[in-house]
Amino acid sequence: MTTSDAFIAANRFGLGSRPGELAEIASDPRGWITGQISIVNAVPPELRNFPSSAEIITGINAARSKGPEYLRSMMGQGYRKTLFPEIVARTQAHIRTAQPFRERMVLFWANHFTVSVTKRIIGPTIGAYEREAIRPHVFGRFEDMLLATAHHPTMLSYLDNNISFGPNSRVGKRRGRGLNENLAREILELHTLGVNGGYTQSDVTEFAKILTGWTHGGTRSKQSLRRLGPIHGRFEYREIFHEPGPKTLLGKRFTENGEQEGVDALKELARHPATAKFIAEKLARHFIADDPPTAAVKALEAAFRQSGGHLGTVSRTLIGLDAVWSEPLAKVKTPYELVVSTLRAVAFDDISQRAFLGAFREMGQRPFSAPSPAGWPDRAKDWMSPESLMRRVEWLRAISARLPRSLNPDRIAEQTIGPVISARTEEMIAAAPSGEEALALLFASPEFQRR
Amino acid sequence: MLTRRKVLQTAGTVALLGSVAPARVAFGAAPTENRLAIVILRGGLDGLPAEPPYADPRHRPLRPSIAVPSPGQEDGALDLNGTFGLHPARAPLRKRYGQKQLLIVQAATTGYAQRSHFDGQNVLENGTNIPYGAQDGWLNRALLRLNDGDRRLGLSVGHSVPLVMRGDARVQTWAPTNLPQADDDFLTRLAYVYEGDSMLSDALREARQSQDIASGMMDRGAATRGPRGQYKILSEAAGRLLASPDGPRIAVFEAGGWDTHFGQIFRLRQQLGELAAGLMTFKENLGPAWDKTAVIVLSEFGRTAAENGSRGTDHGVGGIALLLGGAVAGGRFIGDWPGLSERALYEGRDVQPTTDYRVLLKAMLRDRMGLDEAFIEDVVFPASRSVPAANGLFRSA
Repeated sequence: MTTSDAFIAANRFGLGSRPGELAEIASDPRGWITGQISIVNAVPPELRNFPSSAEIITGINAARSKGPEYLRSMMGQGYRKTLFPEIVARTQAHIRTAQPFRERMVLFWANHFTVSVTKRIIGPTIGAYEREAIRPHVFGRFEDMLLATAHHPTMLSYLDNNISFGPNSRVGKRRGRGLNENLAREILELHTLGVNGGYTQSDVTEFAKILTGWTHGGTRSKQSLRRLGPIHGRFEYREIFHEPGPKTLLGKRFTENGEQEGVDALKELARHPATAKFIAEKLARHFIADDPPTAAVKALEAAFRQSGGHLGTVSRTLIGLDAVWSEPLAKVKTPYELVVSTLRAVAFDDISQRAFLGAFREMGQRPFSAPSPAGWPDRAKDWMSPESLMRRVEWLRAISARLPRSLNPDRIAEQTIGPVISARTEEMIAAAPSGEEALALLFASPEFQRR
Repeated sequence: MLTRRKVLQTAGTVALLGSVAPARVAFGAAPTENRLAIVILRGGLDGLPAEPPYADPRHRPLRPSIAVPSPGQEDGALDLNGTFGLHPARAPLRKRYGQKQLLIVQAATTGYAQRSHFDGQNVLENGTNIPYGAQDGWLNRALLRLNDGDRRLGLSVGHSVPLVMRGDARVQTWAPTNLPQADDDFLTRLAYVYEGDSMLSDALREARQSQDIASGMMDRGAATRGPRGQYKILSEAAGRLLASPDGPRIAVFEAGGWDTHFGQIFRLRQQLGELAAGLMTFKENLGPAWDKTAVIVLSEFGRTAAENGSRGTDHGVGGIALLLGGAVAGGRFIGDWPGLSERALYEGRDVQPTTDYRVLLKAMLRDRMGLDEAFIEDVVFPASRSVPAANGLFRSA
């Protein structure tokens, strides 16, 4: 039982065990997890030298003002020198980290508040977005994370709020521009209330009006350059974009109050009971099962509401749920989790950028490139199509051939899936014709594909 | 733990390995020579620029900066019938219209009248009228009746199988890859490890069989080389696999990038152009089978009739459907066009939907796949009697 708990701690809460880690966890699996709950914003050393979003955005927009060819070259650089290396550094950080629960929560929340390279212009800033808007809040307050993401230039650009204008704002009237409701809708549907959270089209439109003026300082007309000073890559509220007058969101009236309207509205949404329910379901799905038990969802929902959305408290409630500890192989790993846990198992991360990116692409989950604002799916059936399983198997077979020959498959099996290994898997690892095939069978095994 | 040496001495293991060598797939005769392809455009395709209603007096006022210009103007629509045109980037489709192989269904959508991408896509694919109303997809349910023994008629191209194709019926899958193929001995060992885990053993078996079927028809790395573009795998892989006499008969393909909240002119020019080119390459790869083919292009919903503040459009209910192929009785528009007047718009903002996609899809399954209506009504699209299958969409088979 204890070792099954260690397996769950290492895999469901962590990112898979490194050599020796399972033994270390076994004495106190719950304590090992709760020990990682800290409101200190710890950026892994691998990620500390990457530029801030403000620097990146300033650079991109300075290039843009010089001309399209400068912009093109700056974007190319942003991908080559920032985005791709940061994907690799982040993966390596996840392979090496001794705080994998914290890192899993970063992944969970970054996926909840997805931004993606599908919007090309934001690509170079996605790593920075995660460092700036997600990381500091994963054990803090949900409301703060919601405010941070909704203010972040990367999110504002990803969901087009930087180009949303109140029809009766100064710019709206002068240039005949209107609303873009993309951010407003997705905050309601995907970040807070959920699609069945009880809002209407009119709430979407009103919320979009509330958020008008929320943009960043990356673009300036010639006149505004004088008035607002030089371009910068930080949040900026522009009164001349903002729809004047009162708005009504979810039956509550918001009198004209500039930027503060949006802040107040987001705080309302963070406190809304539908949000607690939506977040509780999503957490339970990630940590318990694709279709989690109602009682567990209710417990998380209550913890969320009673703590005012304090995510450290919610995490502690989660760790305390019996349902989390009852079925060690309930969830299927995503391709990203599979890559990270495989390389953690053998403490190996000497892989080229090209190989990392190729592996993620082949398996259909390159970091920072979720196909839609809903983020990556979190159910087995979304990841275990025949083709995607075959790509996993082929990659595992290929990577196993590249690992050091000194690795002992039986020992690695014991240190990863030892507590849950089936007789069949154990037998087949032992019967494999070579060490590399033994490793590949281990990594492809049901016990290793799940968490 | 067992040691390697100990197990190698166990003759039983070795014998067992020998007995689970992969069975070659037996081909049954296909129950039909007709081909279907379903193309799902994710994000909400804007029907107005796709087939611009250039003669509608409200068209330009609603979209002062993004309306596709009228025929004869610069970058103007290609006229089709004096009222509606074709986006200029879709020029390759004009010839198909002229040859009566392109049928355009205006103001069409699913039965879902809200504006969430994810619920809309779910309704489009699950085949009930309710988000998450079924766990499997309507096409997979149709395949339950169409599949004949080992013969798999459904083909999903791409890394993941879209919901519309998921369910109990077995389907052929294909995705391009540059990874080295795992050898048969290894996969056989793995299959043995997977016994007792139904999800993994089923997926592995399906993948091995798909690989077997596709070998000889498709090269693994095909569609990952040469010019990029997401329609390449549709056009090449689906075309070639469907063309094969022993191959599947119904392909599903999904493509993203249609959520045009900003800068729509540029993005749609590119997207519509790539889609049109992809469809034409699909035709070429099908060869003579094109004459027996019907392709339907669908999206989860349409977009607002008016442009938004960012030279784009927001989510709106009424969209569009296209039917294309040698089997289609095309060269025309069907469905009521409600117009763009303020009173005609749905909730004062979207194109009013007048055709439910299910009338098209049901007709496809009945007329091209020979499914009986009772099965379609009871199983494939339950509770859909109020939207009966359309007649006359196809040339007589």
